Parts: sequence; C-alpha cells; structure tokens
Amino acid sequence: MVLELYLDLLSQPCRAIYIFAKKNGIPFQMHTVDLRKGEHLSDAFAQVNPVKKVPAMKDNDFTLSESVAILLYLTHKYKVPDHWYPQDLQARARVDEYLAWQHTTLRRSCLRALWHKVMFPVFLGEQVPSETLAATLAELDVNLRVLEDKFLQDKAFLVGPHISLADLVAITEVMHVVAAPSLKGIPSWLPGTIELRQWWERSSSVRPMRSS
Amino acid sequence: MGLKLYLDLLSQPCRAVYIFAKKNGIPFQLHTVDLLKGQHVSEQFLQLNCQRKVPVLKDGNFVLTESSAILIYLSSKYQVADHWYPADLQARARVHEYLGWHTDNIRGIFGVPLWTKVLGPLIGTQIPEEKVERNRKNMFESLQRLEEKFFGDGTFLTGYQVTVADLMCLEELMQPVALGYNLFEGRPQLTAWRARVEAFLGANLCQQAHGRILSIQEQAAKNALPVPYPEVQSRMMLRIARIP
Repeated sequence: MVLELYLDLLSQPCRAIYIFAKKNGIPFQMHTVDLRKGEHLSDAFAQVNPVKKVPAMKDNDFTLSESVAILLYLTHKYKVPDHWYPQDLQARARVDEYLAWQHTTLRRSCLRALWHKVMFPVFLGEQVPSETLAATLAELDVNLRVLEDKFLQDKAFLVGPHISLADLVAITEVMHVVAAPSLKGIPSWLPGTIELRQWWERSSSVRPMRSS
Repeated sequence: MGLKLYLDLLSQPCRAVYIFAKKNGIPFQLHTVDLLKGQHVSEQFLQLNCQRKVPVLKDGNFVLTESSAILIYLSSKYQVADHWYPADLQARARVHEYLGWHTDNIRGIFGVPLWTKVLGPLIGTQIPEEKVERNRKNMFESLQRLEEKFFGDGTFLTGYQVTVADLMCLEELMQPVALGYNLFEGRPQLTAWRARVEAFLGANLCQQAHGRILSIQEQAAKNALPVPYPEVQSRMMLRIARIP
C-alpha cells in the first residue's frame, strides 16, 4: 500500500512535507484535511491521528504525527540525497539544532504575524490592538535576526553550501507571512537584510514553488 | 581538547544532557553556567552562545546548542546503547514524534512554577494568582494528554526501553515536583513510569542531577539565593511577561 500523507497546505509543516516528498519523487497518496472546514476534528481523522492535528502520515499500519518526525522518517526510508540530512555528524547536528530551535521561535512568530496582520483583520473582521501587532512583529524581527546571524551567516544555505531540511522548514515558515494575499513578495515591513532575501531566492529555486 | 558541557542543573534540558552523559560514561568537562548569577549573559558566554542559553556543547571547535540536538549528537558520536536513540526506522520516528509533541505540550509549561514560586519573588515580582492557576490547569491537562498518547504500548514513552524522550520528559516534570506540585498523585501509570526511569538511571545519578532543583525552594526561603543583577532581572521580567 502506498504511503499516505494527511495534509492541509495552509499549514507550514504540511507544506514542508509535501514539497519534500514531491521533490524527492516519493510516491504518496494525498489526503487533504481541510482545516477551515474542521476536517481535522472528524472521527475519521482521529483514527489516523488522535491528537487531531496535521500533518499525519500512514505507512501501512504505521501512523506518525509531528512534522520533523515525518520528514526524518521519509529521509531515512526513501534514502534521499545526503544533503537533506547529512551523514556527517556535525553537519547533521546543525540540522537538528535548527529544527529544534525553530519550533518555539520562528514558527511561533510567523504564525502569529500572519494571524495578527492578516487573518484576524481581513478574514475574521477583528482588529488586533496595535501594541499586540507591534509586539508580534518585534518578536518576528528578533527571530529573523537569529536566523541570519546564528544560522545563515555568510553561508549559501542554513547549515552549509547545500540545501537541507533546515532550509525547507524555514522557508515554509517565512512564506507563511510573505505569501498572504494582501502582500506581494517580501514586504517592506518584514525585517531582513539582503542576505536573508538572497537565501530566500536560492531556496526557492532549488525546490518547486507550489501555490496551495 | 575534550568535550565540554555548559550547564546549569536548574534547567530541565541541562539535566537531561547531564544525566545522559553521566549514565553513558561519556567523559566531559562540566562548565557550570550559573543562571541566577547571570553567568549566561557574560561577554565570555555570549561568545559561545549568542542566544545566552544553556545547555551548550563544545567539542573541539564545534559548538552546539539545543538539548535534543546535543543528545542526538552524543548518542551518535559515543555510540551509546541503541535503545537511547534506536536505529530502527519506526522506533526512531517515535522518539522524534515525542520530541516534537514535547515542545508544544510540555516545554514552556512545566517550567513555570519555578518562576511563580521562586524566581519571580526573588526579584520582587508576584505572578498573579490567575496565571498560577492557569498554569496548574495547563500542566494537568498536558499530563492527561501525555498519558493518553504515550502510555499505551510499552513501559516507556516510545516503547519498551528508555530513550532520550524519557529523559527530556522526566526532567521537565521534576521542575514542578521540586516546587511542591504533586503531579504524580492519582496517576499510577505516570508514577510507575517515573519509577522505572529512575530505577534505570540509579538513585545516585538522580540525586546528583536533581540536587540543585530539589533544594531551590529551601534556599530561597533562607534567602540563600543570589539576587540577580539588573541586566539579568530585566531578562527575567521578559520571561515572566510571557507566562500566559
């Protein structure tokens, strides 16, 4: 039975998995779990993931949740090119370091920025207090600076000369703010230096840009 | 130049790394970074980790942060017993599944009581009772989810043997326990799991690792804790502000 992926491309971690599987030619059956329709709350989906979150994966009888766990499972099972998750101990540790760091930092900031800047005011008609928005964008700024100063520095990609899982996870987070309908490209209010924008360009050119 | 670990055993992830290294007989030089004395904001430590956080690993010129990355690095480099971070595809996936879930459901929640009961008062800040209560509720709800999700098959979180997942979890849970929260009462499965992990690690190692956190409240009561200097206090205030 072919691998099954339960995804909503509205979700950053889902996008990372989708892109990774497509880019590496991993055959899978896509099950769209429409978050806006509450499909993740259905009993049917609870059979796949009792925690009722996407992404989720089913490989015959083996079900798995958590995006990093799924990405690493796919990496090992399908023996993808080494650069995604290098065998070299230190290079691999750098990917692990980024994946751990981003979970509570960039991921959180990008999600909050999208909600406070776009989702609440545009889709739910609720204005977000300007201090809240300012605090959210300030936090995003801090995390983007760490992305640049600690991780990217003067390298082509986050952990070295080649793209890895770290870049894939990072770019699907950052695009959460740049791809919102009211914004075109990298908006001026999104902090970041030339280096960050160039990394964005390099990462985008390595993997297929899909619109959801 | 051997392995160096920069730790403060007040910190849950630091304890996980410490216990792992000790249990596996990994030789290392311990550099204590005393958070209350503000040693993490020193110029020297900033050179090592611009994020001013512990734990940090230094192996020759290679510097690594993030406890889960450190644990995985040590597992691979020192070729520890397979059960810690199994090579088997599915078993390893379960460890990563726990670590991902842990970040959202455990981390950031179980550390709060140290702030509400000791660190806040240390700098003259009382955290509002409604936040204390909310945190207590959040902890108990997390424990319920932990038991539902990870206490099905197996005697440990991800199977039948101890993994790095169990260490990360236990050390988070020890934080409120040290502050007088009886998390394990009325939770026989959780209690039994804790007993198994501690039995595996051994009483001496647990005592070594837990000594600092277990005595912190008593030290605070005796005014024996260093009062953090202003730069550290303002960072502490930022952390306190993030308590929901």
